[in-house]
Amino acid sequence: MVMSRMDPIAPPREGDLMTATAVKPTRDEPKIRAKGVSVFYGDKQALFDVSLDMAEKTVTALIGPSGCGKSTFLRSINRMNDTIEGARVIGEIEIDGENINDRSIDPVLLRARVGMVFQKPNPFPKSIFDNVAYGAKIHGLASSKKEMEEIVEQSLERAGLWNEVKDRLHQPGTSLSGGQQQRLVIARAIAVSPEIILMDEPCSALDPIATAKIEELIDELRSNYCIVIVTHSMAQAARVSQRTAFFHLGKLVEAGETEMIFTNPRDSRTQDYITGRFG
Amino acid sequence: MTEHTVRSFSADLEDLSGDLARMGGLAEDMLSDAIQAIATRDLALADTVVARDPQIDNLQVEAEKKILRLLALRQPLARDLRQTISALKIAAELERIGDLAKNIAKRAKVLDTIGPIAALKGVARMGKLVGTQLKQVLDAYSAQEADVAGKVWARDEEVDEHYQSLFREVVTYMIEDPRTISACAHLLFVAKNLERIGDHCTNIAEEIHFLVTGEQLPTERPKVDALNSN
Repeated sequence: MVMSRMDPIAPPREGDLMTATAVKPTRDEPKIRAKGVSVFYGDKQALFDVSLDMAEKTVTALIGPSGCGKSTFLRSINRMNDTIEGARVIGEIEIDGENINDRSIDPVLLRARVGMVFQKPNPFPKSIFDNVAYGAKIHGLASSKKEMEEIVEQSLERAGLWNEVKDRLHQPGTSLSGGQQQRLVIARAIAVSPEIILMDEPCSALDPIATAKIEELIDELRSNYCIVIVTHSMAQAARVSQRTAFFHLGKLVEAGETEMIFTNPRDSRTQDYITGRFG
Repeated sequence: MTEHTVRSFSADLEDLSGDLARMGGLAEDMLSDAIQAIATRDLALADTVVARDPQIDNLQVEAEKKILRLLALRQPLARDLRQTISALKIAAELERIGDLAKNIAKRAKVLDTIGPIAALKGVARMGKLVGTQLKQVLDAYSAQEADVAGKVWARDEEVDEHYQSLFREVVTYMIEDPRTISACAHLLFVAKNLERIGDHCTNIAEEIHFLVTGEQLPTERPKVDALNSN
């Protein structure tokens, strides 16, 4: 896999693929394709035979009650489940037609392509600058100090944080407010030029204004990335996503256009969940 | 349908359905009394119809307030959302039906001053038909049955045909005896009001279909045009 590029911030372009074996994506092909994915934690099966396509330049929201498997599914997209003792994933997850569970795939490089943002902002105990520069540094994305400064500035700019932090880049990342920290973490994720951004309840620890800023950011990032977001807020799923998938008891119950899911879902379980009748 | 986890949400929706049922009941009674007032020249009954109209208007205002509150505080989704939005539209349809029934009742006074005319029977028959349409569409709403609503929707053609033949009949009377023109003109307005009530019933039927299935009925229904068929 070749990681270095002329402009490390540029979104992935067609013909700018990271692996030689990857199939060139066309408009119709999904960015991520899950086929019959099941996940076991020891003897316990957490996810049952989930097949779901997630498109380029689209926000896909995963919704469902606690323990429904939506986070487990999200974590299988960048092989985060590998880090859990006793976790086993069967089925296939393809990114641009390439199976990410293939032996030849280095999970560290995979996670550079597939960035992740967690529920609680988790900035490193370093300066704002170093937080954003960290990933770019370990992946060798910048060849000079100036290039690194460009990466940091552009990433913070894209995360909508640049104007708020440009005069204090060397203060600790933890000195920022919760909402700013979450945007810092998003800046850190996009600094390594990922193709996909996974978000696991990115706003659940934030106030409504900070939430609105993140949602606005998600909408902007959508033009360049494939975004998959797990959220407990139905209203948030409705606001930010174009497609929604509803999980229940480890199974994918229904997936479709967000508008359809929230106005006229096909399955009665989806109906009951989104109208607040169980969950 | 199962209860909401937040039970007051279910209670709010039921409360709204209650308002709509009261409006529907009022509209139904007003319509049948207006027809009866015309057919039997019962002016006192006609007056009560006119006097009842503000009740429907007030209920509509109340229902709209509740719907606004539901949208703002509960953010209903899926079927709940469709139920809320269709209640808003159906309340407006029922309010219009109330107005039209009131207009029919008002004409009872004018028709009372002129001699008996044969066309009155035709109007009474049409009134009965429209009354049945209204009753059935309201039943379909309270039972939330898209099939029944669909039947009402399809049967509006019959109302239109009735209107068309009544129109021809009344015009014939006018030609035969110009002294009846004034009365006949009033009768035509009554018939037109009934035809409009029929249209409001089909609008309600369309809302019920949307509420239950999440899909729209086709916008075009076969129409009989009284203007072109003469």
